[in-house]
Amino acid sequence: MADKPVDAKGPEKDSDNKEDIKPKSKESTRPESKASSSSKTDEEKKTAPRVKSAKSKKDGKKTGGKGNTKSKPAEPKEESTEKDGGKGGQDSMIPLFISSKSQEIFQCVADEHVTEDNPHKLIPKDAIIQDMRERAAVSDFHPVKQLILDYPADEILLIYDADFKYGQNFVLVSSDEEKQRILNPVVEQAEDGSPTGEEGEAVEEIDPVVYQYVPPEPKEWVSLGSEKEIEESSWKETEQKIRITIRRARREFGGALSFSDRNADDAKDGYIECVPFEDKSFSLKIMELDKDVQAVSTYTDQGSQTVWKHPCNKYTQYAPRELTEEEQKNLLSSETLYNFLDRVTPRFELALQQNDIMDVFRDDWKELGNEDDTFGSKSDNHLKEYQSFTDLQFSRDKVLTCIAWHPSIKGIIAVSCAEKMTYDERVDNSSRIIMTQSLILIWSFSDPIHPQVRALTKPEDSFCFKFNPTDPNIIAGGCINGQIVLWDISKYVDRLKNTQRGKQSKKNAMLNVRYGRGREKPGFEDDSSDKTPVVRYCASAAIESGHRNAVADIQWLPDHMEVNRFGLMVENRNLQSCQLLTASVDGTIGIWDTRPSKSQSQTADDGKEDNPLGVATTFKHLDLTWKPIIKIHMSRLEGSGDYGPVRVSFQERQGDRHLLEKMQKEGSAGKSSIDRKDSNMGGGFGIRSGSAKEKRQLEGATTKFFVGTEDGELIYADLKLEKDPDSGKLVPPRADFVKSFHDRAINTLQRSPFFKDIVLVVGGWNFSVWKEGRESNPLLISAAASKQFTCGFWSPTRPAVFYLGTAEGNIEVWDLLDRTHEASLSQNISASEITNVYPWHLSHKQQLLAVSDNVGTLHILEVPWTLRNLTHGELTSVTSYFDREDKRLEYQEQRESVHQENKRRLDAEEAAKKIAQPPEPSTEEVDNKMRTLWLEYLEDEKKFLLDLGLVEEKEEPLPDV
Amino acid sequence: MSSEVEDALKRIQHMKDVHGTIIINAEGTPVKTTLDDSTTLQYAALIHQLTATAKGTIREMDPQNDLTFLRIRSKKHEIMVSPEKGFMLIVVQNITEEK
Repeated sequence: MADKPVDAKGPEKDSDNKEDIKPKSKESTRPESKASSSSKTDEEKKTAPRVKSAKSKKDGKKTGGKGNTKSKPAEPKEESTEKDGGKGGQDSMIPLFISSKSQEIFQCVADEHVTEDNPHKLIPKDAIIQDMRERAAVSDFHPVKQLILDYPADEILLIYDADFKYGQNFVLVSSDEEKQRILNPVVEQAEDGSPTGEEGEAVEEIDPVVYQYVPPEPKEWVSLGSEKEIEESSWKETEQKIRITIRRARREFGGALSFSDRNADDAKDGYIECVPFEDKSFSLKIMELDKDVQAVSTYTDQGSQTVWKHPCNKYTQYAPRELTEEEQKNLLSSETLYNFLDRVTPRFELALQQNDIMDVFRDDWKELGNEDDTFGSKSDNHLKEYQSFTDLQFSRDKVLTCIAWHPSIKGIIAVSCAEKMTYDERVDNSSRIIMTQSLILIWSFSDPIHPQVRALTKPEDSFCFKFNPTDPNIIAGGCINGQIVLWDISKYVDRLKNTQRGKQSKKNAMLNVRYGRGREKPGFEDDSSDKTPVVRYCASAAIESGHRNAVADIQWLPDHMEVNRFGLMVENRNLQSCQLLTASVDGTIGIWDTRPSKSQSQTADDGKEDNPLGVATTFKHLDLTWKPIIKIHMSRLEGSGDYGPVRVSFQERQGDRHLLEKMQKEGSAGKSSIDRKDSNMGGGFGIRSGSAKEKRQLEGATTKFFVGTEDGELIYADLKLEKDPDSGKLVPPRADFVKSFHDRAINTLQRSPFFKDIVLVVGGWNFSVWKEGRESNPLLISAAASKQFTCGFWSPTRPAVFYLGTAEGNIEVWDLLDRTHEASLSQNISASEITNVYPWHLSHKQQLLAVSDNVGTLHILEVPWTLRNLTHGELTSVTSYFDREDKRLEYQEQRESVHQENKRRLDAEEAAKKIAQPPEPSTEEVDNKMRTLWLEYLEDEKKFLLDLGLVEEKEEPLPDV
Repeated sequence: MSSEVEDALKRIQHMKDVHGTIIINAEGTPVKTTLDDSTTLQYAALIHQLTATAKGTIREMDPQNDLTFLRIRSKKHEIMVSPEKGFMLIVVQNITEEK
């Protein structure tokens, strides 16, 4: 029996954890000591009655103890205790043979109730005890009877040992802890977990489970073996303390004692010396020390509470303190106030006067820089050639009749070409078909060789064209045969914008950055990109209702206004320029509307409204049926016939919206509904206008306009139709005045960009500057120059500067503030006549001047800094200059009228005198009168001579009288 | 006496570029004004405060000294203030600046 557990331990050792090895090795010493201790108690019981000396007893006990351990009945107990205390789990497994009879009794038949997979069986303790009582020694549990009786719990675990690992068919678990451990395996559970997990996975594959986050819950502490480590490192007292009982007979206590001296050497043990010695067993050095430290975070709970304020609506209202009228009156009439004012007013007067005299806060330094730059930089005073364009095929040796800068895309300029023929040549050629095309060429700065777009005119030449200011894709032009033509270049906008072609000159770097890079799509340039597209016009006016002679001037009306059929200016809330003003040498001025008329709109609306600009059929509704809404005959004031208008100028200017805004402000209160209606209708170019009733007249806008004629006259006329008293029809009024200061056709009639009422007129050999409303004379008229002026243009940035082109090919820059008798700068640009000049303000750093000549070259010049930069106070100086001139004219007019008055008066007086004079006296009377006068004279002479003493008075008068 | 006050004010008002004149009492309440009500009240309240501050500054530096005249230059106006015992005269002058 004693061997068995040892044997059983053998195979177990291999399968057991390594941890278990240590305690076992320790065990080797332990059973002995335990055995000795347990045997000691036994020994003591036995030897209790004996009295022994301490020394002898010790010795005896040792030997005796050993002998006693061999006694058989103590053995099982010793075994059990050993297993309980030392080995825990393994030692509590007791192999047990249970017969099939017993198996039936306890319902643990092998391979029936218990199997290899499920070997555990719990049997109530009472049942075993009962069994043992009934069957006594036959009971299979008899060998472990004591164990079962001592077992603390109610149920005992039996494990079916199918493999006879422990040597028998069953194993009895003798300790409760072990039972719990086996029944609720922890480590095994984890190990077992993996196969179940695999199963779970298999299940999951079939039925995907949505995972949910389950917050971890605190679990009961489960031993993973750490307590063993703790136990190992902890120190326990294992040896039992030695207990010695010493007995002495009662009679020996309290007896009389007699002491006597004797020699220490007499007796053998008479003297015991205790010599100190070094105990080797205590000379251990601490070589290694196990120490454990665990850091535990400290937690603190803290709380704070803020006071909750209840939100509450509150308001305060206060009124300024004011004095009552009574108080005010009292104060105003008080002596103190008067005294106060008396003291204080001088200070104010002084301060106000100071401010009036000069502005002490003026920053002179700020203005210094401007002036300074103009000095000493002579080189920067000239117009510099920037670029020039000639199309060898289409523009060479032709007259460039008109220039226009693209309103929105920088670096794009359009120019129209016409045959260079005199009137006679043209007449001669009129019967022939002109083979060459007349074109408008659109140039980009990026390509000086090829124009970007060619807009084809009719076989007839175009003398003027303009970009629509609000929709620059629309170009309107007037032809020599009197037709008005419209182009739509919206298809080619990308081409204009995408001007980079790789062969860029350095000069154009600025433009490239703006238009070229980024927009260019490599690989998208088709072969035709080098070929200049030709745009055909998309509408032309009806021949019968158009002009009958060359259209000399064409203008888009500003986008904020339009002219209705009565010649009144009305507001245009769409802010879309859609009306054209044309002047033709057939003596008429026409106003055209590009929007379809009411009757046409129904048909025109179909399918066009959604994309009115995208197609070249934009103005299909106008083609060949287009009629002007007004046509004014500029009939002569004197005599019969018409004037031949070549230039027209209205006061309203594109972009000047103040009139409209003013009206909107005024009208916004009451007429907002109309605005809305209008804006609903607006949006597209081709949308027809609202009826005239809905549009309010543009207040403050004058319907009067200047007209320049081909004979050099300047006409001031009114667009507003008047009712003819005779016929009752609406007819255009006659011109207000006609002045003829120019000897040839007026080629420029332009308002200053800074002053609405200042007009530059160029024609023939001189130019003049007019102020609207001062009709007698121009503010300034130049002396006749040696060469003809062919064109003129105001500088867009300097109010005092304008450019003139001459027939000699010179460009003259006139600065009214510099000198008015001659040009401040004259520069030769071309060998032939300059036909047009057009400055364009590109940016504050660059201003370009486009100059065209009559041999087909378009020159682009760079305007020097001095000519484009507004000098300090220039505007006020120019204003005052014009005012001065105006005053001079006013005075002149006054004088003239005074003179006329005087003359008239004198004439009248004379006439009156003549009437009042008596009839002619007779000759006799005259003679008499003469005689008396003669006599009087002689008398006086005589007297005079006498006074001087030159003659002596004769005593006697002459005797012979 | 009232007409003389009026005359004195008129004299100032008619000087060049004068936008308005206001007399306020020591509490900042307008007594006489040539501007409209809301502007007057604004000027009165704000200038009164400012002048009090300016006065305080001068007095702080030298208790013997006192503020007699205050000119405030802004982009649009020049505001002139003269506080005296009991009253304050405010004159607003427009600034005409050359472009």
